[in-house]
Amino acid sequence: MGIWKTITQGLRTLLRREDADRELDDEVRHFMQAAEDDLVAGGTSRREARRRVRLEYGDPLAAREDVRSWGWEAWVDTLVADVRLSVRSLRRTPGFTAVVVLTLGLGVGAATAIFSVVRPVLFAPLGYPDPHQLVAVEGRGDDGAPVQSAFGTYLELSARSRSLQSLAVVKPWLPTLTGGDEPVRLDAQSVSATYFPVLGVAPALGPGFDAVEDRPDGGLQVVLSDGLWRTRFGADPSMVGRTVELDGRPYAVVGVMPRDFENVTAPDARAWTLLQYDPSAASFDSREWGHHLDMIGRLRAGASLDDARAETDRIARTPGPSFPRPEWAALANGVPVRLLRDAATADARPTMWIFLGSVALLVLVTCANLTLLLLARGARRRGEFAMRGALGAGRGRLARSLLTESLILSTAGGVLGFILAQVGVSVLLALGPALPRLQGIALDGTALVFTLTLTTLVGVVFGLAPGLHRSAAHPQALREAGRGSARRGRRTRRALVVAQVAMATVLLVGTGLLVRSTQRLFSQPLGFDADGVVVVQVYGTGLASGDGNIHGFFDRALDAVRAVPGVAYVAETSQFPLSGDNDVYGVTPADGVSAEGAAGNAFRYAVSSGYLETLGVRVRRGRALDADDVAGAPGAVVVSEGLARRLWGDGDPIGRTVQVGPPRPDPFTVVGVVDAVPQSALGAGDEGAFYVTAHQWHWADRVRWMVVRAEGDPLALVPAIRQAVWSVDGNQPVVRAQTARALVAASEGRRRFVLLVMSAFAAAATALAVLGLYGVVSGMVLERTPEMGVRAALGAPRESIVGMVLRQGVGLTAVGVGVGALGAMAAGGTLATLLFQVSPADPVTYVAVAALLLLAAGAASFGPAARAARVDPVRAVKTD
Amino acid sequence: MEQQNTDVIQGTLDMIILKTLSLGALHGYGIARRIEQVTEDVFRVNPGSLLTALKRMERAGWLKSEWRHTESGRRAKYYALTRAGERQLGIETEDWLRRSGAVGRLLLAEG
Repeated sequence: MGIWKTITQGLRTLLRREDADRELDDEVRHFMQAAEDDLVAGGTSRREARRRVRLEYGDPLAAREDVRSWGWEAWVDTLVADVRLSVRSLRRTPGFTAVVVLTLGLGVGAATAIFSVVRPVLFAPLGYPDPHQLVAVEGRGDDGAPVQSAFGTYLELSARSRSLQSLAVVKPWLPTLTGGDEPVRLDAQSVSATYFPVLGVAPALGPGFDAVEDRPDGGLQVVLSDGLWRTRFGADPSMVGRTVELDGRPYAVVGVMPRDFENVTAPDARAWTLLQYDPSAASFDSREWGHHLDMIGRLRAGASLDDARAETDRIARTPGPSFPRPEWAALANGVPVRLLRDAATADARPTMWIFLGSVALLVLVTCANLTLLLLARGARRRGEFAMRGALGAGRGRLARSLLTESLILSTAGGVLGFILAQVGVSVLLALGPALPRLQGIALDGTALVFTLTLTTLVGVVFGLAPGLHRSAAHPQALREAGRGSARRGRRTRRALVVAQVAMATVLLVGTGLLVRSTQRLFSQPLGFDADGVVVVQVYGTGLASGDGNIHGFFDRALDAVRAVPGVAYVAETSQFPLSGDNDVYGVTPADGVSAEGAAGNAFRYAVSSGYLETLGVRVRRGRALDADDVAGAPGAVVVSEGLARRLWGDGDPIGRTVQVGPPRPDPFTVVGVVDAVPQSALGAGDEGAFYVTAHQWHWADRVRWMVVRAEGDPLALVPAIRQAVWSVDGNQPVVRAQTARALVAASEGRRRFVLLVMSAFAAAATALAVLGLYGVVSGMVLERTPEMGVRAALGAPRESIVGMVLRQGVGLTAVGVGVGALGAMAAGGTLATLLFQVSPADPVTYVAVAALLLLAAGAASFGPAARAARVDPVRAVKTD
Repeated sequence: MEQQNTDVIQGTLDMIILKTLSLGALHGYGIARRIEQVTEDVFRVNPGSLLTALKRMERAGWLKSEWRHTESGRRAKYYALTRAGERQLGIETEDWLRRSGAVGRLLLAEG
């Protein structure tokens, strides 16, 4: 009842202010008149009665104000008045308002955008039930480097581990979906039947895999992703139970995954089938003992990660008779276990931390700049506040109107920031290389709350800081009001400028180091001539089995492409440099002649003869592969210089024999040595590579790159190349068409991405810092105008005054640069993973950054300095 | 602001108003005059505090108000007790008697 009346009556007052006021007036007036009437009735004259009533009951206006200021509606009234006043005062200084809102928007926008991208990688748990129980189980090679797992290892761990309640293995599967207009290559996965149960996610539609079929020659089953189901099959609810044609074979659809299912082991996967490996893993020569699977597991409830680690280590060290292992099984080297989330995001984590650090610096610069702006404004408005204080505005009231002003500014900045963040996230996603957990990236509620909290805090803190700073209601203030800016805030402002410059320095140094690394990287020898080369990847996964059949298709496709006008050379290879392919085989000398301990892994290139010539890879010794290296001819292999050195030291590699891949009775003979071509990354150095002809390799690769050297524009040839391949067989997808140059550039995508984001932040921070410096130096000149006047009057030459001001500005900057350089040194380690042949303490970068900032400081101080020099001595002295 | 209700014992204004209105509806000045008359000018009520108190008590649901013509033909806002107001008066009176009795006993107690 009471609350209801409080609300309705308050609202009525607010909505019908005039009526309420009139009613109150009437009531007060009646009170006074009735009092007068009483006195008049007692014989007093009307005039005397009025005087006495006034004396006794006070001023009716005051009474009315008393009543009026009671109630929540009065509070609202004041707020509205405050907001109106603040908006008016902000509109009087549009420049200030715009700069503050922009600065805020920039800081908040950048912070929100980065937070949105970083959160899923660094902080958010995976979207599965009990995600902390999910682990990645990895392998370790003889050299300690991480390797993938073998099916046999999976079987042994599944049977022996108690702390892992279930395990699953998964490998990429790239089937071709046929039956439509054009063949479509799918990103998909072959998984053990335990895969979805380990993740704890069941299909939204259909029963899912039948575990009984997870054996060689089991039934062909496929689970579709929600996206594939919608785009290719029109979200047909009766898909389950039907069959789809993959690689020309019928697969029974047994499930459709939920729409929000996030597949962290392969975010792009759109279908899953059963692995169907032999559960006895009896033969060591079989795929069951190839280390090419990813393993995930779920911890038993109550078991910790450390429990699992201890246990898998014990299992690794104690082979048992019921689980025979081949001698090369990586299991012997231990089984590292880590959280699936960490494994899924490991690559991106350093990048994300760099982003977070950079944006934190930018936000701090923003905050410092805002404080400077508000302090300066406060100083300019001392007079106004002193006047309002003198006219009776209480200190609370003044503080409140300051606060209102800040909150209006921060709200506007927050709105702008949110818009910028929306744009920022889409730009980051568009420019960024494949980020893990992309599905989790969205400008979400958390980011919104984050933004609003940030803006509100910024507003309150910076609204109050100057408010508390000022004893506006103090009479002293009115006297000081005419004297320009306050002296008290000077130290604060200088400290803020120094801090700003320092933070800008850190960002600039980081950017500089990345720029230099990128320059170094791209000046690395590529080992081949990338200009004028275009590549496409041809998926022969749907070809009927039989090596002859597969080779036949690719040979005819090569001939067809060769006939395309504008094609100068064409060749094929099983993997292409810097494409992300990572196809490695063991290489072992077979004739007993080798450097000590020589053996190792090298990238395998199963190529057509003419591949090295097409790419322009230089042959250093011996010969390249040629048309005579066909099936049945003696095995010929060409090795990279680094591999040759690794295997034979300074000895002559030509004529040596090696086993590459699975051992065979007649080993390959080295016929040539070529320059290194980077495979995993630019600047990776000579990682070791060997080249054999596709026909001589142990089996026929179904997926091959066609490498075309064009006479003119390479990209223009793509449609013709595609048609040429399809003229041989229209069911084989032709994908990833791009120039070799683009591939090279894309291979450094992450580094370039970080560089882009960081340089944007560094530029913004530098601009803000210079702006802040300009403001402070201007303020100082204004403050010291009288002093300058006296100096000028006493005959100080203009140059000396200019010099003095410049020294101030540049001096502050120098301090900031010094502090920032120390900070950058301390933070340099975080960048280490992204640096290439550049030390985190690279002197060139530091000197360049310092020079840049000092120059900018000089430029920013020059304007105020020139103004100081023009000070008219007479006027300057008079102003005080 | 504070000296305006020093004439009335702190915290008793509500009770005094409720008591005054329990005898019948009155307008603002009527309440003030009745309080002064009954207490023989011990208590003086100024319009600012009185009208604010009336506004507050009306919001609390203890009073209802209505514009009426007085005997002298002027329009005035009359206040009357509601049920809740009567209950409140009972509560406050009892509370006051208990407290004042206690204070009285304390003051008169033989040392």
